[in-house]
Amino acid sequence: MTWTPDQPIVSITNVHKSFGALEVLKGVSLDVMKGEVICIIGPSGSGKSTLIRCINALNDIQGGSIQVEGQEVHDDKLDMLTLRKKVGMVFQQYNLFPHKTALENVMMAPVKVLKEDKAQVEQRARALLKKVRLEDKENSYPGELSGGQQQRVAIARSLAMNPDVMLFDEVTAALDPETVKEVLVTIKDLAAEGMTCILVTHEMGFAREVADHIYFTDRGVIVEHGPPATFFDNAQDPRTKEFLSQIL
Amino acid sequence: MRNRIPGLTTPARTDMPVMLSAPAPRHTAQSLNFSHWLAGIPPWVPFLFIAIALLWPVYAYAQSSGDTKITPLEALWRWMPFLLTRGFLFTVIISVLTMLLGTILGVFLGLGQISLLRPVRIASYWITQIFRNSPWLVLLFIVMLSFPFQINVFGIRIPVPDWSKAVIGLSLPVMANISEIVRGAIASVPSAQWEASESLAFSRRQTLFQIILPQCIKRMIPPWMNWYAILTMATPIVSILGVEEVLNLTRQAIEAENNRPELLVPFYGFILLIFFLYCYPIARLTVWLERKYALKL
Repeated sequence: MTWTPDQPIVSITNVHKSFGALEVLKGVSLDVMKGEVICIIGPSGSGKSTLIRCINALNDIQGGSIQVEGQEVHDDKLDMLTLRKKVGMVFQQYNLFPHKTALENVMMAPVKVLKEDKAQVEQRARALLKKVRLEDKENSYPGELSGGQQQRVAIARSLAMNPDVMLFDEVTAALDPETVKEVLVTIKDLAAEGMTCILVTHEMGFAREVADHIYFTDRGVIVEHGPPATFFDNAQDPRTKEFLSQIL
Repeated sequence: MRNRIPGLTTPARTDMPVMLSAPAPRHTAQSLNFSHWLAGIPPWVPFLFIAIALLWPVYAYAQSSGDTKITPLEALWRWMPFLLTRGFLFTVIISVLTMLLGTILGVFLGLGQISLLRPVRIASYWITQIFRNSPWLVLLFIVMLSFPFQINVFGIRIPVPDWSKAVIGLSLPVMANISEIVRGAIASVPSAQWEASESLAFSRRQTLFQIILPQCIKRMIPPWMNWYAILTMATPIVSILGVEEVLNLTRQAIEAENNRPELLVPFYGFILLIFFLYCYPIARLTVWLERKYALKL
C-alpha cells in the first residue's frame, strides 16, 4: 500500500504507552493531513509530549499503530533513517550541539548522515538561517545566543533535513517572555508555507491563531478536539472547560 | 536531671530536621585531589626544604673529622648530569609510555562500559573496578613475575626488558582510571544531546564520535593530566623490581661515593626536587584548565 497525499500524513490509532506500571497513553487516536497544523494542549503529565515523541520513535509504544506517510513507525524492520528524514523535531531545551557554530549545527546532519555535498548544504543552511532571521549569527556558538535565537537555530537545523512533518515539543516553554514571539513568528511562517506541524504548546493565543485543529489531552486520552473557534469558545467536556478556565 | 543541656545532651526545642547536602553526582566524583594539593603548594616551599637539606650535611660534615673528602654538594654536582640524563629522563620515558598505553586501553575500556552489549558492559565495568582498586605494587609484581624475560618468535629470541614489563604493570591501574574518566565524561553530557542527534537520524556510533565525545574531550583533559602527575610520582616504585630508573641510580651513585651517610639527604632531596619541578607545572596547568573549562560549560 503506497501512501498518497489525500491520506493522513500522520495517522495515530489507539496508541498505548506505559513507563513501567504507569500508563501514560491509554488509547490515543488522531490523524493529521498534509499541510495541517495541529496543536496538542493539556495539563502537564497528560501524555502530550510522550505522544509526539512516539511519532519519531524516540519513545516506543506498547500497543496501537503510528503511521507516517503510510509507513508503520514502530516496526523493527523500519529504517530509522527514512523515518527521521521525514519527521523533524524541535525540543523544549533547544539541544543545539554546543561545540559547533550555528551554521555547523544546521549543516551537520545533512553532511554527516545524508552524505550530501558540503557546498550545497552550506548554501541551504545559510538560506535557512536567513529564513529564521539569523543570517548574522552564522558563526556564533550556541552559548553566545539567546534562548529564542538558539531555538530558531534548532528549527533551521531540523528543516535542513527537508522533513515532511515538523514536531514542536513545548518549544517556547523554556524561553524568556520577550523571545517567545520571535520563535512563534518563525513557526507561523513555516505553517503558512504549508509545512505539516504538530505542536505541543501552552501558548493558547498562538494555538488559536495558527492551528487548524486543537486536541485536548488529559490523563492519557484525548478528551476533546475540534477547530480552534469551536474548541475555545464552545468546549463541551467539563475537563476541557475547567482547563480552559484556568489557563485563559 | 541537672546535666541536661538543651541542644547538647538532648535535642533543643528549636532543633529542626537538617537537610544534608546532596551527594555529588557520580560523574563529578573525579575530583582532582592530587593536582589541587600539589598546585596549592607555594612554589618556594620545596626550595626551602632543599636549602635546609643542603645545610644539614654541611653541618654534619663540619662535625666530622676534616680529611680530604669532597663535600656532599660537590658530590651531588658531580652526579647530577648522570642522574638527570640517565635516571630522571628514563623515569619520564616510562611514565609517558605508561600513560600512552594506559590511555589507549582505558579509552576502549571506557567505551566498553557504555556498550549496548550487556556482556561487554559488565566485563568492562568489572575490569575497571578491579584494576582501579588494586595496589599498584601488587599489579606490578604480577606482571613482572608472570611475563617471560624473552619471547621466541620463529627461533629469534626477543628479550623482554624489565622496563617494558614495568610499563605494562603500571598501565593497568592507569587504564582503569582513564576508563572511569571516559565513562564519567560521556555520562556528563545531557541525555538530550543523544535525543537531538537521534531525531536528526544520527546513528549511535555517529552520535558518540561526532557529537558526544567532541563535547566532553575538554572535560577529560584535567582529570587525565591529574592521573599523569599521580603516575609520575608513583613511577619510582618500579625501582623495587630492578628497573634502572632515577631512584636506583641514585642509590648506586651514593654507593659509588662510599655510602657516606651525609649524602643521603642531599641526593634523595635532589630527586624529590626534580619530581616537584616536573609535576608542579602540570598540576598548576591542570587546575587552571579545570577552572577554565568549568566556566565555559
